[in-house]
Amino acid sequence: MPRVTFVEPSGTEHQVEIANGYSVMEGALNNSIRGIDGDCGGNCACGTCHVYVAAEWRERTGTQSEMEHDMLEFAEGVRADSRLCCQIEMSDELDGLVVHIADSQH
Amino acid sequence: MATAFKQIEDEAIEAARSIAYSMPIEDIDMTDSARFVDNTHWAFFERLRKEAPVHYCANGRFGPFWSVTRYKDIMAVDTNHAVFSSEAHLGGITAKDQDDDFILPMFIAMDQPKHDMQRKAVSPIVAPANLAVLEVLIRERAQKIFDNLPINEPFDWVDRVSIELTTQMLATLFDFPWEDRRKLTYWSDVTTIDVSAPDAKMTRDEQRAILIECLTYFTGLWNQRVNAPPAGDLISMMVHNPSMRDMQPMEYLGNLVLLIVGGNDTTRNSITGGLLFLNENPGEYQKLREDHSLIESMVPEIIRYQTPLAHMRRTALQDTILGGQHIKKGDRVVMWYVSGNRDETEIENADAFIIDRARPRQHLSFGFGIHRCVGNRLAEMQLKIVWEEILKRWPMIEVIETPVRVQSAFVKGYERMMVRIPG
Repeated sequence: MPRVTFVEPSGTEHQVEIANGYSVMEGALNNSIRGIDGDCGGNCACGTCHVYVAAEWRERTGTQSEMEHDMLEFAEGVRADSRLCCQIEMSDELDGLVVHIADSQH
Repeated sequence: MATAFKQIEDEAIEAARSIAYSMPIEDIDMTDSARFVDNTHWAFFERLRKEAPVHYCANGRFGPFWSVTRYKDIMAVDTNHAVFSSEAHLGGITAKDQDDDFILPMFIAMDQPKHDMQRKAVSPIVAPANLAVLEVLIRERAQKIFDNLPINEPFDWVDRVSIELTTQMLATLFDFPWEDRRKLTYWSDVTTIDVSAPDAKMTRDEQRAILIECLTYFTGLWNQRVNAPPAGDLISMMVHNPSMRDMQPMEYLGNLVLLIVGGNDTTRNSITGGLLFLNENPGEYQKLREDHSLIESMVPEIIRYQTPLAHMRRTALQDTILGGQHIKKGDRVVMWYVSGNRDETEIENADAFIIDRARPRQHLSFGFGIHRCVGNRLAEMQLKIVWEEILKRWPMIEVIETPVRVQSAFVKGYERMMVRIPG
C-alpha cells in the first residue's frame, strides 16, 4: 500500500499507509492524524483538510480545482503549495508523498 | 421529574405524525413557523425525505418554493454557488424574500466576487491567534456568570446564561459600549422576527424603525473608528477595509445584522439546546459526568442536534436538475439543514443525541461551501468553555418545564427555558 508522511506544524512526522482510491484526507482521519478535520467528508466544501504539498510532489498530486481554490480563499495561511487533501486521491504514483499540515483548520 | 415535560412534547410530536403522513404531500409547507413553535416539524421532514426529497410547494407562506431535505442534496446545492445564488436582490438567504423597498445587502447574501472580498475583510476576527485571546476572556466571563447563578431556585437559563454570555462576546467583537450591550440582543431578535406570522410581536414598519435605530447607533461607532487607528474589532475592520469602507448605509446595516445574528442567536440557542438535550437523555448526561473529555465530541453533536438555523435559501440562476426534479431559473430553493441533520442515510441513528459519536462534525448546521459559517470554531469554543465551567461546578442542572420556542422557520431556538440547580 502506498505510504504518506504527514508533518505536523511542530515538525513531528507520522507515516501511514493509505489504500489506492482513498483520499489523503480519509487516510488522515482513519489514522487519527491530528490537525486534519475533514468536516465535510471529502466534498471540497469546508476547507478543514488544508495541507502544503512539497514541491517535488506537486506535479503528481495535480493542482487546485476551481472549487478547491474558492474554499482555500478563506483558509488560514494559504500559500502557492496549499491543497485540500480530500482532493488528492491515492495511487501507487504517490507512494512516499509528504504533506505538511497547516497550523489550523476552520 | 426533570423529563416529565418531554413526555408531553413527545405526545404532540406523535400526534403531528399522523397529520404529516395523511395530508396531501403537495400541501406540506415547511415555512409555516407554527410547526417550529410547537416542535412538531419532525415527522413532516421525515416524510419529505422519504417520499419527496426535493419537494415543490406551490402555495408557501412566502410564495412557491422547493424544499431540499436530504443531506446529500443539500450538500449539492450548498457547494454549487455558480447555479444557486445567495444574492439579496434575488431574495437573499431566507425562505422569505428580502423586501424590495428595504434591501439589506450583506456578504452572506452576495455572490462572488464581492462576497469573497467582504468576508475576507472580517474573517481575521476568528483567526487562530485571535481565538486564543478570546478564549481567556470568554472563560473569565463564563465563570463570573456561573458564580452568580441562584441555587435551588428556578430561573430562566436563556436570559441569565445563554443571552448574557453570547451578548458579552458580541459586544467584545464589536468593541461595543458595554452598558448598552443588551441592545445587540434586542436588535438580533428584532431582525429575525417573522412579522408576517398571525400573532407577530410587531409590525413590519416597527421592525424597520428599530433596525434604522440600530444603524444610527452603529453609524456613531463608525464615525469614531474612522478617525482612530485600525484596531482589531469588527467595526474598525470594516471601516479600514477597501472593500467595505465605502458601503452605503443599508449595506452597513445588512452586514451588521448578519454579524449580530450570526454571532449571537446561533450560539445562544445551542447553549440552551445542549442543556435541554442532556436533560432529555439522562444516559448521555451520566456519560458526560463520568468523563468530561467527552465535551470535545459533545459540542459538535449539540450543534447538529440543535441546528440553530433551520434553513438557508438559494435562488436558481439557470434551469437545473436536482434529485430528479426540474428546477427553473428564478426558483426559490430552501435547504432544510434541520432535516438533513436527521437524515438516516447519511448519519447513523440520526434522531438520537449521542455525545461520543466517531465523526460528530459531519453535520450541516454551519452550511458548506463558500458561505460556510465564518465563526464556526468560535462557536464551538464558546460551547466548550460553557460545558467545562458547568461541569466544574455542578453535576446536574435540571430543566423544569417545557422550553418556549421561537416562532420562526429560520431561527430555531428558545425564548425561555426554566431550570433549577439543585443545592
